[in-house]
Amino acid sequence: MEKEFEIINHTADVGIIAYGADMNEAFANAAKALFSLITELDDVEEAMHRDIELTAPDQESLLVEWLNELIYLFDTENMLFKRFDVTQLSQTQLKARSYGHKVDSSKHKLKTGVKAATYHMLKIDKSNGGKVQVLFDI
Amino acid sequence: MPAPWQGILKKIDDYRWEIPTSYKAGMSVPGLIFASESMLNHIWQEQVFQQVANVAFLPGIVGHSLAMPDIHWGYGFPIGGVAGTRVKDGVVSPGGVGFDINCGVRLLRTNLTEEEVRPKIEQVVAELYTNIPSGLGSMGKLRVNEKELDEVLVKGSRWAVEKGYGEAGDIVVTEDSGCIKGANPDKVSGKAKKRGVPQLGTLGSGNHFLEVAVVDEIYDHNAARVMGISDAGQVLVLIHTGSRGFGHQVCTDYVALLGEAVKRYGINLPDRQLACAPVQSPEGQDYLAAMACAANYAWTNRQCITHWTRESFIKVFGKSRRELGLEQVYDVAHNIAKIEEYTVNGKKHTLCVHRKGATRAFPAKHPDIPLIYRDIGQPVLIPGDMGRYSYVAVGTEIAMKETFGSTCHGAGRVQSRSAAKRSLRGADVAQALAARGITVKAGSMASLAEEASEAYKDVAEVVDVTHKAGISLRVVRSVPMGVVKG
Repeated sequence: MEKEFEIINHTADVGIIAYGADMNEAFANAAKALFSLITELDDVEEAMHRDIELTAPDQESLLVEWLNELIYLFDTENMLFKRFDVTQLSQTQLKARSYGHKVDSSKHKLKTGVKAATYHMLKIDKSNGGKVQVLFDI
Repeated sequence: MPAPWQGILKKIDDYRWEIPTSYKAGMSVPGLIFASESMLNHIWQEQVFQQVANVAFLPGIVGHSLAMPDIHWGYGFPIGGVAGTRVKDGVVSPGGVGFDINCGVRLLRTNLTEEEVRPKIEQVVAELYTNIPSGLGSMGKLRVNEKELDEVLVKGSRWAVEKGYGEAGDIVVTEDSGCIKGANPDKVSGKAKKRGVPQLGTLGSGNHFLEVAVVDEIYDHNAARVMGISDAGQVLVLIHTGSRGFGHQVCTDYVALLGEAVKRYGINLPDRQLACAPVQSPEGQDYLAAMACAANYAWTNRQCITHWTRESFIKVFGKSRRELGLEQVYDVAHNIAKIEEYTVNGKKHTLCVHRKGATRAFPAKHPDIPLIYRDIGQPVLIPGDMGRYSYVAVGTEIAMKETFGSTCHGAGRVQSRSAAKRSLRGADVAQALAARGITVKAGSMASLAEEASEAYKDVAEVVDVTHKAGISLRVVRSVPMGVVKG
């Protein structure tokens, strides 16, 4: 298995670079990177899922809104996600199912709070499968 | 070898460095960095020049794109950035306020001395930790429904005081009396409200904290006395938090909406995170109405936490609120946009002043500061990191002339969170602090390591620059004794 994602240093905040065989997988791995900042993914079961459907003006916005939607679900439903199936992805539309579990303080260690995904330093690179870069406000 | 910034920056004096408009095509005003020469190498590495230059692209910006000495790399705007844009034909940018709208600091003074508090500090910290919800995913103990939340958004601090959280006197010594006018809950998404309802009355995580501190040095005895601070050894309490998930969602929503507005209004930006709209446009007005809601939410949040702080002290010391003191000195925002009037190059302007990681610093005699502070200037609250010290300063006329009445907001990070975690363990940080007489209780050990002193600039250097440049003047320094982190 190739590397799914890496964390990049930024003084105040945290960035991620996610890779995939295609852009769908890169979007999924970006989400996985996000939740790796919030918790230890190994401790999260895949017992529950949530479906997300989004439209946005362009693919960059789609990436930011996809990650912000997941942050919203964590904040309002206490959902921790670890696996993501991005089933449809165009320039303006995304459909995905995300698997995980609600926070259980006896099992899950919460690490870093993520306020939002930003457009700063945002990159989408299609040249070699899929590669995306996102900076989060922490 | 010459420093990397030589040939780019124009030295104005020892604490002022200009980035000329020739630095980057598209800048409509120069940048101005407040820093000492020794800080500049680090600021250079931080790519802050680029960010200060990018802000200078905003339509309607006047004077300079400003950087305070605690500046560091942000997203879009730098942290520690200030920009004034004309209300008449300029823009407002949610990225110039940030995700944590009205993140800010409140200072309480007590009648207690270090000798009285130190033997009980573990109890005080434990009580504060129990009584004030903190940490990632924590829920508030306030139970408001969405209708009540709308009242919070419109009324701000006054809502809390009416419900019995705190006192009318607190409102008098809060920036804008704890309520920005023009808040309209209809301009806030259902998602923001859903995040806001359970998080009202919570401290949060990250760099937010509650600190019990001891006055260790007084620089201006007269100003300190007016603030009710008389001697070294007096105990203070600092509260640092903001608008929680509510504000984050308001910013997220409006960065997306204004990203579209940028295209409609044909605005050219070097970074999408600077998304903006004309102040006078429907989109700009909607953002300001929603931002006011988030600002009022944050003031309500700090107001409720103030009440629970008082309760905690009353319980531990078995004394009344009057005996304990615990009066509010001031409450000030450091992530906010405000409509204010300034004279720039001899011309009077109504401006939208963006302060992102910068504190308002109005001078003596300014009509917008509480009467009791009219002779000394507005108190400026500058927290440092949890291992060193924090400052109280006052605003000045120089700030009105040069920085749209603004100064620094804290220490500013020098080390990334992951670098701090790699080099330090939370348990070691707690132990090192304990060895220096600082009791810490944190929801997460990882967050403790991220917030270690080593990750921050020395706030003394930052305050030295703002003091010598004259944009705020030192009054008091305090050192931490007990800290609650989320």
